[in-house]
Amino acid sequence: MEEDVVFDEGTPLFVQIAEQLSGQIADGTLAEGERVPSSNEFAAFLRINPATAAKGINVLVDDGLLEKRRGIGMFVVRGARQQILQRRRGQFTEQFVAPMLAEAGRLGIGREELFDLIDHTQPTTQGAQRP
Amino acid sequence: MTPVIRTERLTRQYRGQRALDDVTVEFQRDTITGLLGRNGAGKSTLMKVITGQEFPSSGSVTVFGQNPLENDGVLRRMAFVKESQQYPDIKVRHAIEAASWFFPNWDADLAEQLLDEFALPRKRRIKKLSRGMHSAVGIVIGLAARAEITLFDEPYLGLDAVSRQNFYDRLLADYAEHPRTILLSTHLIDEVANLLEHVVVIDQGRIKIDAPADDLRGTAVTVVGPSRSVDSFVDGHEVWHRGGIGSLATVTIAGPIANGQRATARDLGLDLEPVSLQQLVVHAAGTEQAGAR
Repeated sequence: MEEDVVFDEGTPLFVQIAEQLSGQIADGTLAEGERVPSSNEFAAFLRINPATAAKGINVLVDDGLLEKRRGIGMFVVRGARQQILQRRRGQFTEQFVAPMLAEAGRLGIGREELFDLIDHTQPTTQGAQRP
Repeated sequence: MTPVIRTERLTRQYRGQRALDDVTVEFQRDTITGLLGRNGAGKSTLMKVITGQEFPSSGSVTVFGQNPLENDGVLRRMAFVKESQQYPDIKVRHAIEAASWFFPNWDADLAEQLLDEFALPRKRRIKKLSRGMHSAVGIVIGLAARAEITLFDEPYLGLDAVSRQNFYDRLLADYAEHPRTILLSTHLIDEVANLLEHVVVIDQGRIKIDAPADDLRGTAVTVVGPSRSVDSFVDGHEVWHRGGIGSLATVTIAGPIANGQRATARDLGLDLEPVSLQQLVVHAAGTEQAGAR
């Protein structure tokens, strides 16, 4: 069942756990109302410290995306997906558009050419991955 | 946070050589702490003092608030698995049996399961085991003891990658179900980095890093790119290491790096690469920091 997930050395692990989880909610892998694996299950699956996994999950609880149901576990809140998508839209310009324009500028790619490239480029399969 | 182990200005001296030099450190209940450093840095000595196998030249150590020296009530609550564990000339199953008498929380089912997983022949004399199997006996005892404090000192000499992974998996699974205090000393830092909640780095008998593992991520960054751009970018930062080839420079600087600086780096065409825990330890243990001595 285990898989080797590659983590980024520079970002706190619990932040990466939180990002992975919200990514899964955003792309529907984790549906609203569905039970989220426990921190211990996460820890075993990702091979990380259980306290770190719990900390990551708690970020989403604090953001109101997950809720604890006593004795049963942790569940995705109704409306969580929309909330995440909205937040990501807010970050889209800064995270994707601005860096793209900067690189295009360095390479001397003009606006027309850039629009043309956008029109003719297929999305990568890892569309859900964030930088 | 409740410390279960505490040392206060602990020094251990061997004929003029300080194996531990003024060490004040705490280990918290139910956390997995990595005790990292080079060979001869003082990791094993610290573990031996904690388990009452050596005594301090000066300073003090308390475990569960008591002095561990010849304190049976404390020692039974600790399991110490060390690299060069010596056993009397007995068979594997006898070593397991002896351990089951000593440790009050011993889980016999877990021990049997682990013996199978590590393919340990129960009837073979420990003397006749391979290096890796010898290490596995210690790991089985250390895990099945379920001691409130478990110290693993380079526990897997001779174990192959698959067995080490098995050890990590079992450690995590059992720790999750039965939280306890674990100190893990190892050279294979990259392998254990994600298992650790806390990191203590020791060098020349002194504590160099004592921090939550997550705080260490991002404490340094390596900047890669054309020398001139790199130089202007790292200006004003504490430089840890400088390298490069031709017009390409790689410079490791102390972090953290603000978002604005990330954008600057991007505009300069520079790559920012995170520094792994292993590299951090190498840095902390490899340089004598100003004022440390």
